[in-house]
Amino acid sequence: MNTSADSVLSAENIGISFDSVKIIENVSIRLGKNEIVSLLGQSGTGKTTLFNVLSGLYTPDSGRVYLRAEDITGKPGKISYMLQKDLLLPYMTVLDNTALPLIIKGEKKKEAREKAASLFSKFGLDGCEKKYPQQLSGGMRQRAALLRTYLSSQGTALLDEPFSALDALTKSAMHKWYLEIMSEIELSTIFITHDIDEAILLSDRIYIMSGKPGRITDEINVRGNKDDPEGFLLSREFLEYKRLIKQKL
Amino acid sequence: MTKRYQSITNKIAPVSALILLVALWAAICGFGAIPAYMLPSPAAVAKAFVSDFPTLMFHSRVTLSEAAAGLGAGILAAFITASFMNRFSVLYNALYPLLVISQTIPTVAIAPILVMWMGFGMAPKIALVVLTTFFPITVGMLDGYRSADADSVSLLRSMGANNFKIFRYIYLPSSMSHFFAGLKISASYSIVGAVIAEWLGGFEGLGVYMTRVRKAYQFDKMFAVIILIIIISLLLMLAVKLIRNAVMPWERKGAVRN
Repeated sequence: MNTSADSVLSAENIGISFDSVKIIENVSIRLGKNEIVSLLGQSGTGKTTLFNVLSGLYTPDSGRVYLRAEDITGKPGKISYMLQKDLLLPYMTVLDNTALPLIIKGEKKKEAREKAASLFSKFGLDGCEKKYPQQLSGGMRQRAALLRTYLSSQGTALLDEPFSALDALTKSAMHKWYLEIMSEIELSTIFITHDIDEAILLSDRIYIMSGKPGRITDEINVRGNKDDPEGFLLSREFLEYKRLIKQKL
Repeated sequence: MTKRYQSITNKIAPVSALILLVALWAAICGFGAIPAYMLPSPAAVAKAFVSDFPTLMFHSRVTLSEAAAGLGAGILAAFITASFMNRFSVLYNALYPLLVISQTIPTVAIAPILVMWMGFGMAPKIALVVLTTFFPITVGMLDGYRSADADSVSLLRSMGANNFKIFRYIYLPSSMSHFFAGLKISASYSIVGAVIAEWLGGFEGLGVYMTRVRKAYQFDKMFAVIILIIIISLLLMLAVKLIRNAVMPWERKGAVRN
């Protein structure tokens, strides 16, 4: 199991308030290398606020955020962040959208495009390079957004409800695809979800966040079967996890 | 195919209305309801247009250069003003009311003052065109900047983008459609602005020529100039549309329905 020694990302005692209302308090989390961790909780418990702190968009009132040994509190650009909407820019082709983080980091346009294009088939985006985001289906847009997130990260990503906007069928296909792609690329991920099934299916570990101000109230290790997500979904263990989580939420 | 067919049927109504109007005009003149020296017939206007063509071209070249110079300077000034107003809210609050007030000053009133200040050359004409074209583009770009998605800005910030890159990749492209909407209006204003300035003093240009033929009661030539101004304005608006399509190719791609 992960110890804090091999954490790629860790946050210690994070607290932040807006207009003197405490949103989150004393939140500590860590993320191991290539681990998938989910942050599960009801709306309004400060999950997105925590992400904004981790990504450096907000500076917390208390606590620090570390990427490996580096203190990145309040410093954006270190961890990639996929916001709730896919946020593909409508005026750029899919290729330019995915290459954008590299261009922002100062790479030459041509090299950035080549680097992004080389990953299109791995992400199931063949033939979409010259299309505009509005010409893609919801699932494809999400793949493109994930590729962009992957390209803007140096191995660490935050995903805010990555699949919540998709219909049920597309969602389950995306779950399967997501597990496949995650086994092929190196990406340590924390994702936010409201969906208990999704959390159990995809994560190695689940943080449960609740209360006002939001705190981490529980942590559950999941030993799932990522090679056979469909079998795992119908298994007895899966239901056990679900029962456990429902008690704690 | 259906799209092409539709674009033809869509044009039937406006084209028939135009033909009807010209026919009505010809009929009024043909029956002598209004004497020819007050309202020349369409045929007389067309004849004047053809016989006067070299003179008209000479004067339109002058008017067009004034309009182009004024529009160019207007775009540049609008771009700079809108960008700074968007960046610094103090400037926005300070300048916005002034912009609106500047738009309420009647052009015909300000033009003679400009002529007094700058003489009878091109300068007052260009200045008036700048004044009339500046406002629609500035307001358009400001609206465009404000339409930029706050989450997209957060996304770029999370990528480590600085203010310039956020401007380049979010604010600027978000303002494009508003910019072109403003430019379309300004392009037609630019010709009218130049003509009005020429009325009030000058040696050449469509406005000068217009005053000249009006004083000579050559109304057929007067109408020919008006029609030329209409044609030039429409061509300018078409040019803006073509540039817009070239600059914003994504607007012409169909969306997928999920």
